[in-house]
Amino acid sequence: MYKIVDKKRLSNNVVQMTIEVPLIAKAIKPGQFIIIMVYEKGERIPLTVVTSDKERGLITIVFQEVGKTTKLLGKKEIGEELFAVMGPNGNPFPVRYYGNVVLVAGGVGVAEVVPIAKALKEAGNHITTIIGARTKELLFFTDVLGSISDKLYVTTDDGSYGIKGLVTLPLKELLDTSRIDMVLAVGPTIMMKAVSDLTRGYKVKTYVSLNPIMIDGTGMCGGCRVTVDGKTRFVCVDGPEFDGHLVDFDELMMRQRTYIEQERLALKLLEEKDA
Amino acid sequence: MPKRARVPMREQDPEERIKNFDEVALGYSEEEALLEADRCLQCPKPKCVEGCPVEIDIPAFISLIKERKYKEAYRKIKEKDSLPAITGRVCPQENQCEKTCVLARVGEPIAIGRLERFVADYCKENAQEVKKEPFNGKRVAVVGSGPAGLTVSADLAKLGYSVTLFEALHLPGGVLTYGIPDFRLPKDIIKREIEYVKALGVEFVPNVVVGKTILLDELLKDYKAVFIGSGAGAPVFLNVPGENLLGIYSANEFLSRINLMRAHLFPEYDTPLKVGKKVLVVGGGNVAMDSARVSRRLGAEVTILYRRSREELPARLEEIKRAEEEGVNFIFLATPLAFSGSNGWVDAVECQEMELGEPDESGRRAPIPKKGATFTLKVDTVIIAIGNRPNPIISKTTQGLEVGRYGEILVDPATGKTSKVGVFAGGDIVSGSATVIEAMGAGRRSAIAIHRYLTTGVW
Ligand SMILES: Cc1cc2nc3c(=O)[nH]c(=O)nc-3n(C[C@H](O)[C@H](O)[C@H](O)COP(=O)(O)OP(=O)(O)OC[C@H]3O[C@@H](n4cnc5c(N)ncnc54)[C@H](O)[C@@H]3O)c2cc1C
Ligand code: SF4
Ligand code: FES
Repeated sequence: MYKIVDKKRLSNNVVQMTIEVPLIAKAIKPGQFIIIMVYEKGERIPLTVVTSDKERGLITIVFQEVGKTTKLLGKKEIGEELFAVMGPNGNPFPVRYYGNVVLVAGGVGVAEVVPIAKALKEAGNHITTIIGARTKELLFFTDVLGSISDKLYVTTDDGSYGIKGLVTLPLKELLDTSRIDMVLAVGPTIMMKAVSDLTRGYKVKTYVSLNPIMIDGTGMCGGCRVTVDGKTRFVCVDGPEFDGHLVDFDELMMRQRTYIEQERLALKLLEEKDA
Repeated sequence: MPKRARVPMREQDPEERIKNFDEVALGYSEEEALLEADRCLQCPKPKCVEGCPVEIDIPAFISLIKERKYKEAYRKIKEKDSLPAITGRVCPQENQCEKTCVLARVGEPIAIGRLERFVADYCKENAQEVKKEPFNGKRVAVVGSGPAGLTVSADLAKLGYSVTLFEALHLPGGVLTYGIPDFRLPKDIIKREIEYVKALGVEFVPNVVVGKTILLDELLKDYKAVFIGSGAGAPVFLNVPGENLLGIYSANEFLSRINLMRAHLFPEYDTPLKVGKKVLVVGGGNVAMDSARVSRRLGAEVTILYRRSREELPARLEEIKRAEEEGVNFIFLATPLAFSGSNGWVDAVECQEMELGEPDESGRRAPIPKKGATFTLKVDTVIIAIGNRPNPIISKTTQGLEVGRYGEILVDPATGKTSKVGVFAGGDIVSGSATVIEAMGAGRRSAIAIHRYLTTGVW
């Protein structure tokens, strides 16, 4: 079960992996996510499915090696199996014709946005995509998103590739110069917050895809709760996409840091073991 | 009439046990069990049986203990209760068989739960017969592997059905696995029961969320009948300001991190949990007691805040007593109004004092706020244990499945038949949070009804 059939490094610490999970490959829709456990003593972590192949029963994920769990996952090789893969969880993205759509993606969000981008394109939308990264070496999938999008912008913080600056730079220009019907931001919470803050002034409908700490992914623990429009919602069952203008991002960023010390310790112990 | 008091059960000393997660109650020895069994009057019209939700023939199994026929005693219990080692430990006997036992009127009732546990533990290795009818060509799907799902699966497997048991989590057992802590119900006991169910040929499929991974309507194409035992797993929050501060958990999250993910063994296990020095548990049921006692074992000072008074505490008496012995403090007649914190972490809770008014729809006196009476507690961890609701994933994704006000699936109580042909349901998904024995009993009734339905073809 859950056999890894393909694996590829997209950048220094971003890995693409294809896993055999026929039921999920068949059921998954753009915007939904899975929960995985690398091994028996591992954590349960949510990951977005980037592509799926119903016929062959395969799903492809992209993750960045940041903590212990993603590092362990990155060490798994083709032919090995994962302990648990469960899903699809959450709601599909509301795919329909919006008109002029801008997708803003950063970090692994660049991969996560792919299935939604494809579906929105198929629904007839005009797609402009903005990809942001700190520096050129961290960029990946520019070709994949480039081929789906009608127009692609790339920004790097240091100017080593594309536009120098943050994703909000070309976004603001687009908002100022054209009619935008919907914006979807997927990536680091701080980026989604910046995008939402910007679009609010233009009253452009903005979706964000939230990524809190999760356990079960079925609405059982409440660990993934966020405040949206003053109400508590569970991201795993009520989301993961929400109206960015209503999300309490500061609370979310705070909650994401709950276990920062333990995460550091686990990573340190892993690195010591590896050394 | 024998005046002798019930035989006490040995327990780990409170000082010691708050340093470990080992089982607190140590069970009867053979001598102790014989001594206790000897107190039973073998009533011709046994009142105890009336109090048992699944009508175990209690005097018969106690009489078999007296004759030292433990295996036979075990089988007698198993006729009605598929999980004796578990119910012997977690049933609220004081509200059931031991409440109605005639001896309760004149002194202490027979320790029926302890005897049940003794028999189950005594027979743990070899009394479970893996006997079943040959395959009858019919396939049944069961959703959820808590006590309800496990019972239906085992019963139908014995009758010759091919049973597939789907579970959303990576481990089977439902609340037995993710909710009830090891010191009350050791994991190897659950494992043993699950091994038995597997030995009967039940195919266990983890990591499948019915309604997400596969729709219930899809299952109906491959299986002749489906049983839903998906429990009441959705946590209720207080909905007061500050509830999303760090350090505030639902009991489900707190207990799952420990019981399912083994966070108390971090960093050997990867799932972390952060518990401070002063824990406040809100609620008064078994879930609250479990959360409080786990927190004690993690080294915290623990207070339970309950909105009614001591008399109304819904938890098992034994667990309340043990929580007290372990140094858990109680504040009665109060409820949180708001949480406040610093740097994102909770550090105080403002509470409202309550008083008891007229009985409400639950029959208990309703707590009402006392005007102007509030107080503040300093805390650094809060666990909300005020209840759970049925998880709506299945009902939301299934055509024609009728549910009630709280999302509970509506069924015919005698059979578990839902509004949808071929679909049965039982346990907490029907009753709301209840008990292990009731979930098990519902599973058993549905197994009989499913067998009848698939034999006669009549819905
Ligand atoms: C902390 C705690 C302590 C308790 N203590 C006691 C006690 O001392 N005595 C007592 O009698 N009772 C106790 N209870 C109550 C008792 O555990 C429950 O009443 C009982 O477990 C209900 O059984 P069930 O089979 O209906 O559901 P559960 O045990 O809840 O099992 C349901 C299972 O279904 C799975 N599931 C849910 N949705 C899906 C889906 N869509 N697809 C696949 N699988 C799904 C869940 O993951 C879960 O494993 C306690 C409960 C808790 C939470
Ligand atoms: S009511 Fe009490 S004394 Fe009578 S048979 Fe039952 S357990 Fe024994
Ligand atoms: S992850 Fe547990 S409720 Fe969302």
